Amino acid sequence: MTELISEELPKTRQNPFDPPAGVTEIRNKARISRLKFADGHLGWLVTGHHQVREILGSPKFTNNPEKHHVFDKRFQSDVPEDRRKAEPGMFLSQDPPDHTRLRKMLQGQFTVRRMNQLSEWIGTIVDDQLKHMRTFDGRADLVKEFALPVPSLVICALLGVEYDERHRFQEDTAKMLSLDSSFKEAMAAMQRIQDFMRELIARKKANPGGDDMISDLLATGEPTDEEASNMAMLLLLAGHETTANMLGIGTFTLLQHPDQLKILKDEPEIIDNAVEELMRYLSIIHFGPMRTATEDVEIDGHLIKAGDTVLMHVPTANRDPEKYPGNPDELDLRRPASGHVAFGHGIHQCLGQQLARIEMRIGFSKLFQEFPDLRLDVAPEDVPLRTDMGIYGVHSLPVAWSS
Amino acid sequence: MKISVDQSKCCGSGMCVLTDPDLFDQNEEDGTVVLLVEQPDAAHEATAKEAASLCPASAITIS
Ligand code: HEM
Ligand code: SF4
Repeated sequence: MTELISEELPKTRQNPFDPPAGVTEIRNKARISRLKFADGHLGWLVTGHHQVREILGSPKFTNNPEKHHVFDKRFQSDVPEDRRKAEPGMFLSQDPPDHTRLRKMLQGQFTVRRMNQLSEWIGTIVDDQLKHMRTFDGRADLVKEFALPVPSLVICALLGVEYDERHRFQEDTAKMLSLDSSFKEAMAAMQRIQDFMRELIARKKANPGGDDMISDLLATGEPTDEEASNMAMLLLLAGHETTANMLGIGTFTLLQHPDQLKILKDEPEIIDNAVEELMRYLSIIHFGPMRTATEDVEIDGHLIKAGDTVLMHVPTANRDPEKYPGNPDELDLRRPASGHVAFGHGIHQCLGQQLARIEMRIGFSKLFQEFPDLRLDVAPEDVPLRTDMGIYGVHSLPVAWSS
Repeated sequence: MKISVDQSKCCGSGMCVLTDPDLFDQNEEDGTVVLLVEQPDAAHEATAKEAASLCPASAITIS
């Protein structure tokens, strides 16, 4: 079969909400195609919904970073070999049986029931943050005052991290995830978070019985200290910028789609579906997930060889007309949006998804109840987009209100 | 219709419980699936199928 080959992944977005038209064009020609990686590897680009699911669900692919080819110099450039190793406890990068063993230690804490029990508590965090926004006299940056603090407060409290200490790693987390940071800065930030986590684990071990996820994890006696601190770090990193960016760009999206926002205000009971649709439509994990084949595998008639790295493109997969026929590129809060791959698929599918859903459900609902006339306070084209960040969203969202 | 689940495959995503809490639950210990109803009535057949197709770990089969 002659394959479509792209020299690089198109990254230019024509507007804030749609994936780059260049990738959609590729998808419309070939849901599996070839992509040149920055290190010279001829890898694969997967843009079809069904194909993304098949690969993420297959045991013949690994997420071990040592196996991945370098897709974009800015993301993985000068990372020395030993730094690309999956650290013990970083189960996102591990395969079964290690992945299974580690993830299982946490799964019981993230069940649908457990997360639903947090609703009321999350509601009070959201209420407090909205009150805080009120102190700003009619205008504020929604990201700084609402979208980022809510999930940070939630994850800190769940992990059992004190308020005063939050600042110690919030800045470092941002540094670590920002592409503006030099490699050295990012590594130094990561080192500080790791040190902080190690200290935290030691402290929790010295004072057992705390009512938080880390104390519960340690109480099982299962993970080593190193595993426990890396697991805590993974939860912190994965659990805070993601939801924050969904709240930020989700609000921007709703403000720019007043007809849809009106539907949500008139029919607040559709909020759960609205959250799924926003997840599908925005697909903020916009470069990846990535996987590397551990043996030859045929997907959809394409032979992916052992050692080939595959970049999955979630934004186009979630708008695949084969999965969402009719108007996949439109935001439609009433559409059956389930089955999207914005939380991934397969054994690594987001562990925190039920928590994220609840944070978004409560966050969006209360925001528009409390601030019914919320509006953008700058021209839409002046909202700074996180185009080059690993997690898509908006850097800031100036908003205004009168009542 | 008969539902069966494979706990050893389950990764505790909760998608099945989210889809139909009448049919599925999760173990408090490790979050893995607990099947509540093996033979769903007609009113639950559609959600049973949906849960099987949404399951990220292919741990639910319908026969
Ligand atoms: C809207 C918010 C979120 C989005 C879009 C999101 C997205 C994702 C995606 C796509 C993956 C799979 C990555 C891969 O397969 O390579 C993932 C994994 C993960 N997420 Fe999330 N996530 C969100 C919120 C959260 C929250 C709130 C937490 C925790 C408190 C969390 C914890 C994790 C963990 C631990 C993993 C690794 C799971 C594993 O490897 O088994 N996420 N997330
Ligand atoms: S949907 Fe599948 S993986 Fe998720 S809890 Fe249910 S059976 Fe387990």
